[in-house]
Amino acid sequence: MLRFSELRSSWMTQHWAAVRAVLVLTVITGLVYPFAILAIAQIPGLRGNANGSIVEVNGKPVGSTLIGQLFTDADGMADPRYFQSRPSAAGDGYDLDATAASNLGPESIEDTLGDPALDPDSEEGDGSKQALLSQVCARSKAVGELEGVDGSRPFCTADGVGAVLRVFRENGLTGKVTRAVSVNERCPATPFLAEYEGVKVECAQFGEDYSAGVLTPIRGNAPADSPVPADAVAASASGLDPHISVAYAKLQAPRVAKARGISLEQVNSLIAEHTNGRVLGFMGEPGVNVLQLNLALDNL
Amino acid sequence: MNTTSAGVIFVLSLIVALAVAYRYLGDYLYRVVSGSKHSAVERGLYRAIGVNPAAEQTWGTYARSVLAFSAVSLLFLYAFLRLQDFLFANPNFETGINERVFDHLAWNTAVSFVTNTNWQAYSGESTMTHLVQAAGLSVQNFVSAAVGIAVAVALVRGFARSRNGQLGNFWVDLTRITLRVLLPISAVAAILLIAGGAVQNFTDGTVVSTLTGGEQHLTGGLVASQEAIKELGTNGGGFYNVNSAHPFENPSAWTNWLQIFLIFCIPVALPRVFGRMVKDNRQGYAIIAVMGILAIASIALTNVFELHGAGTVPMAIGAAMEGKDIRFGVSDSATFAAATTLTSTGAVNSFHDSYTALGGMMPMFNMMLGEVAPGGVGAGLYGMLVIAVITVFVAGLMVGRTPEYLGKKIGAREIKFASLYFLITPALVLIGTAAALASGNWRTQANVGPHGFSEVLYAFTSASNNNGSAFGGITVNTPWWDTALGLCMLLGRFLPIIMVLGLAGSLAAQKPTPASAGTLPTHQPLFVAMVAGVVVILVALTFLPALALGPLAEGL
Repeated sequence: MLRFSELRSSWMTQHWAAVRAVLVLTVITGLVYPFAILAIAQIPGLRGNANGSIVEVNGKPVGSTLIGQLFTDADGMADPRYFQSRPSAAGDGYDLDATAASNLGPESIEDTLGDPALDPDSEEGDGSKQALLSQVCARSKAVGELEGVDGSRPFCTADGVGAVLRVFRENGLTGKVTRAVSVNERCPATPFLAEYEGVKVECAQFGEDYSAGVLTPIRGNAPADSPVPADAVAASASGLDPHISVAYAKLQAPRVAKARGISLEQVNSLIAEHTNGRVLGFMGEPGVNVLQLNLALDNL
Repeated sequence: MNTTSAGVIFVLSLIVALAVAYRYLGDYLYRVVSGSKHSAVERGLYRAIGVNPAAEQTWGTYARSVLAFSAVSLLFLYAFLRLQDFLFANPNFETGINERVFDHLAWNTAVSFVTNTNWQAYSGESTMTHLVQAAGLSVQNFVSAAVGIAVAVALVRGFARSRNGQLGNFWVDLTRITLRVLLPISAVAAILLIAGGAVQNFTDGTVVSTLTGGEQHLTGGLVASQEAIKELGTNGGGFYNVNSAHPFENPSAWTNWLQIFLIFCIPVALPRVFGRMVKDNRQGYAIIAVMGILAIASIALTNVFELHGAGTVPMAIGAAMEGKDIRFGVSDSATFAAATTLTSTGAVNSFHDSYTALGGMMPMFNMMLGEVAPGGVGAGLYGMLVIAVITVFVAGLMVGRTPEYLGKKIGAREIKFASLYFLITPALVLIGTAAALASGNWRTQANVGPHGFSEVLYAFTSASNNNGSAFGGITVNTPWWDTALGLCMLLGRFLPIIMVLGLAGSLAAQKPTPASAGTLPTHQPLFVAMVAGVVVILVALTFLPALALGPLAEGL
């Protein structure tokens, strides 16, 4: 057999060694290692975890304790008997084949308006795209209505979009205000603010370019801490967050109790039972596992 | 306990655990790379590879071995990705959810994993088969990490050895680091992760009917085994699109702690190896002190910015909770973000794009530091030693003496290698960003204004520094982006490695210079402060204008 290592060419030697090294290391680290771990994962105690921590009801799998799910009816409306999960950017919500976060930034505050000539409910939509701020405002309003509390937030209009103006000034960035447009409110909407520094605020026309105006979010007078908690209006990182905050669970408790015809105390004690505190007292944040809580409600 | 004090204890507990890793893992690593005995398995491997483990290599041969191994790895992984749909053992391919891997994506992904970057222009769950994830991508997680450590060890040998110019044997370093360090720690970590809830199966997963009658596909995969080496090797490429935010990858607050520990443990232990090899542990303490100061400052600042929650949307929400999961909370998410970018990991458990303007600047700033605090496995140590060489040179200029470091003269040849090393990444980042803007390819970003610019700058910073994390709001799976970022990753990895090995060869060939009264002591607080100062000043001078257009414009 030809021994390549005896060839004079160091280039050949190195590459031939490299080919063999890649193959050998692929077998060890790419096949032996993961399948050895797979074998170890069959030990009782690890096996359930390794297969996805699946919960069964009457022998049928209904979910994973680690993965959140939607508790909505066929039309996407919240089922009032169940605690609701956080907003999710994974597919149409809690889709493990399309995990994602919104990736929208802290100053994502100006919506792309839809074309009034197009049907927003059609397959292609009307081309509108909500900025993160309007998404947050809309969610807060919806949760507020569902739970019967005030869903107003800073920088949100009463209609649940971002309270944002484009302000045109005499010298560009400075000087007297010449014009103000509420960019997230498409005409013929009535702007959330009648006037800004003495100038009447206009609604936004589709197709108009307002980029010369200074983007100005309006704080409004909503309290800084809304009764609708932060996690109820912010999408999670995984899009699969199995938890909600204790505050969001407490907010939903009266509605769930009413829909199920049980006492609020019963619901609250189940919340306490399914609240995970910080691990060892300092790791992570406390949260309520929504699927486990809802399963416990079904088992009452 | 409130969030802030819990977050502080979280960081302190990591520091304590890492101090233990510095001492004991460092000593273990030292024995691995400096021992002369070969185990039976290793001797078998050397025969299979066809190399003589006793043969020493000059810097040229060592570099050619690194490049040959990486080139073959690249071709192998590229072919594997292109052929994945024809190969057996594709449980999730049978459901038809996998997309074809096209040429530009295969190139980008192969480069990404071979360079220890793990930039992902694809979604794991919908693109890659289980076989490719395990036998293609995670193999590179092991060996690209081993390559980084090997190059760092070769540089340290350059300081420790004299007159012969020889740096050890790449094949021996590669084999030993993989078998004796990466595999055993990964195995233990993988089992711990499974105990915490991470999945490890070879199925298509389970389709369940949810409580309200919806359908949910609980995906399967060999996740835990890949997750362990993903963090340990500072690789960062997630099995799933949302990476360590996915509950199947990172199920709980304590697995999150474990993952941060795994990210840091080898980079933190390597300065100990350095100290042991140059026979002066104080030199190792000085290097880890620089790394520690920079890392702790960065982690603290990221936490402050995120917990403060400035910006219109975070103020509307009431906290910087967008793109963060409850079980980690704001603080532990911020700590993870700092950890993943202080090293070359790039795994994420929360989405940096939705961070506050200044909170999101910190990961970028960490990468711009050159990932030296403590940096990627191996890459962090060699990066920091290059900066130490530059510091010694600058100090020498101030007092008008020929600078020396650990008894080696830093002459024209050495400083050329060191300066070229330092110039490569900023050049790639700034030229790449400029090219994206000039060619109009930046228009794929999800955000507008300064934030959109930040997304482009972040992408090139991440690729050129071999980090792999992203401001995810930008569509990067296009031929232009895949090619451009692939080039940045490739050049950002191997050009510096060649400079480092060149420097090592030149140091190893010198005869030692005895220390004199004029020698700058390199183990004292003065030197620690000078190195830290050089790191920050060099970065500030290079990147401040770019940062001013992005995160600073947005946040101030």
